Amino acid sequence: MDNIGIIISITLMYATPLILAALGGIISELSGITNIGIEGMMVIGAFAGAAVGYFSGNPWIGLLCAAGAGGLLALMHAIACVKFNANQIISGVALNLIGLGLSLFLSRIFFDGATQTLPVPSKLPKISLGGGISLDSTVIIALCLVVFVWFYLYRMRGGLRLRAIGEHPAAADTLGINVYLFRYLAVIVSGLLAGMGGAAMSLAVVSSFTPIVISGHGYIALAAVIFGRWNPVGSSLACILFGFAQALVVILGGGEIAIPSQILAMLPYILTIAVLMLLKGKTAAPRASGVPYIKGSR
Amino acid sequence: MKMRELIKKPATGILLAILIGFVAGAVVLAVAGFNPLEAYGALFRGVFSKPKYIAQVIIKSTPIILTGISFVVAFKSGLFNIGGEGQYIMGALTAVIVGGKLELPPGLHFVVVIIMAMIMSGLLGAFVGVLKTRFGVHEVISCVMLNWIMLYLSNFLITTEWLKKPGTEASIEANTSAWSVVLNSWKTSDAGMEQLANSNSPMAEVLLKTDFNYGILVAVLIAVGVYFLYKNTTKGYELRAVGINQHASQLAGISVNKNVILSMAISAAIAGLAGALTITGVMPHRVTQLATHEGYGFAGISVALIGGCSPIGSIFSGLFYSMLTYGSASIQSEVGAASEIMDIVIGVIIYMIAISSLFIMLANRKKTAGCAAGKRKAEKHG
Repeated sequence: MDNIGIIISITLMYATPLILAALGGIISELSGITNIGIEGMMVIGAFAGAAVGYFSGNPWIGLLCAAGAGGLLALMHAIACVKFNANQIISGVALNLIGLGLSLFLSRIFFDGATQTLPVPSKLPKISLGGGISLDSTVIIALCLVVFVWFYLYRMRGGLRLRAIGEHPAAADTLGINVYLFRYLAVIVSGLLAGMGGAAMSLAVVSSFTPIVISGHGYIALAAVIFGRWNPVGSSLACILFGFAQALVVILGGGEIAIPSQILAMLPYILTIAVLMLLKGKTAAPRASGVPYIKGSR
Repeated sequence: MKMRELIKKPATGILLAILIGFVAGAVVLAVAGFNPLEAYGALFRGVFSKPKYIAQVIIKSTPIILTGISFVVAFKSGLFNIGGEGQYIMGALTAVIVGGKLELPPGLHFVVVIIMAMIMSGLLGAFVGVLKTRFGVHEVISCVMLNWIMLYLSNFLITTEWLKKPGTEASIEANTSAWSVVLNSWKTSDAGMEQLANSNSPMAEVLLKTDFNYGILVAVLIAVGVYFLYKNTTKGYELRAVGINQHASQLAGISVNKNVILSMAISAAIAGLAGALTITGVMPHRVTQLATHEGYGFAGISVALIGGCSPIGSIFSGLFYSMLTYGSASIQSEVGAASEIMDIVIGVIIYMIAISSLFIMLANRKKTAGCAAGKRKAEKHG
């Protein structure tokens, strides 16, 4: 029984950074802005979280600053994509570089030339539920946010508008919705969430920032967005699948079972491709995703 | 008038972006308390002060020029090949297997190695193309997945007895007959090494202290080949047409699906070639355990974008990128500022390229004010 509890705990622990980033990806994509820069926003969030957590001694302040750092980077993306009609993927690639470069540059300044931060004095607290299950507080936050984002998108007026903008911005504009404002906010919120996702890694899963603490998590989160068909619940389940595979690697990595850990680590990626093949293109991408909106264009 | 036309040229946009990138880097350096001029001076000396350094820049530019061209090929057909990392690993892995397991005469062995590497990674790319055309799986997703699958596959294979070099965390090495090192027979024999050590020519130092290899020639050949493919052949026209307008291509009798698959295959084969040339050209001629991706594929995206998404442009932007990353070590050792400043500079350059419409907007604003500009904009987009 305890073993199952441990597996659940580890699965959710690894899934949480992905879930937070995926929620950000969903909000941005639904508004019609592809945000491939989520990776860079996670990196800078992971750094800001760990650095502020170290100097302030309070991981919660770290988490807030992480969200802020991700949000600032996202603002750059929003300016490029909304204001200047930039190619959204190119802008995202740029932000990934800037996010990583800035994090390492600042890390070397504040931590004596090291590209990693010192461990934070206290990590975000864990909450024990009995039965071997003990969850990071970020897990609880992430799960609450999944419910909230779902409720917002499918049960509230703002969510309906957001989705309308991603499908047909010109129609939404005609009905008096401020397309540009919504897109700005959506991209910034995606940065806040991705930043928190990064900090969930550096303040809860481990206790410091290293150059590889976020390595490809942003891209995996984006894959989960598509895997989950732009639905917060579906995408979170996809993230949990990735988390589960990582948990299996950790638990079976001891070598009791004769499956090489590398093969095990490959499974979720193979599974993702297999599932997407079975869905056969029945993905519900927002129609205007990736397309700049220019007033008056048809 | 002339000035405005100049600003609207894409090449001008890229040069302006590079300038702004360096200015942004200078600002970050200054805010952090470093002298930007000293830092950029160190960068310059770290690249140009010795022939050895220039050789290193060229050696390190080879794989990223190729991954850059790889990205360009997919991009021309409207595909975003973010899978350069995985395709690079496929190429390197194939090169180690073919280079280490086969015994062939020098020269021939090298050719067999790179052809096999290109075939294997080309198949990987074709798979991505089939996933897209037959199953509707977006290439970004399948590429991200395959990047990780290839990483773990490589890590797994080099732990097996078949490929592991006993006592190390790495694979066996490619045989010397498969190497593409300049003056390979000299460098792999004692007499040759002695000859080099006693020579006073600056070239001898380059050869002794670096892995100077023929890879760059292959990269340039590929760039020229891809350039002519698009400029002079029907196939190249089809590949580009598919990227510009799929419906029109279909109506004109061009098979969109076939060309998407072909484009991904060529793109991936070139990324695989980058991996293979690293194995044949650069010490230690083997694959090691990787915690995460080495970044050649992602660097290729930057190279392609700075190079204006052209194969020939990628040669220059690859050298430029390599200069910045290689020279950044001197910034760190001489001035003390983190070498990652160059990531920021490159990031800003690409960001500025993304919003290069800004330059055109500014140029237009100067020309006319108010409604005339609005009218022109409406015409352009309507």
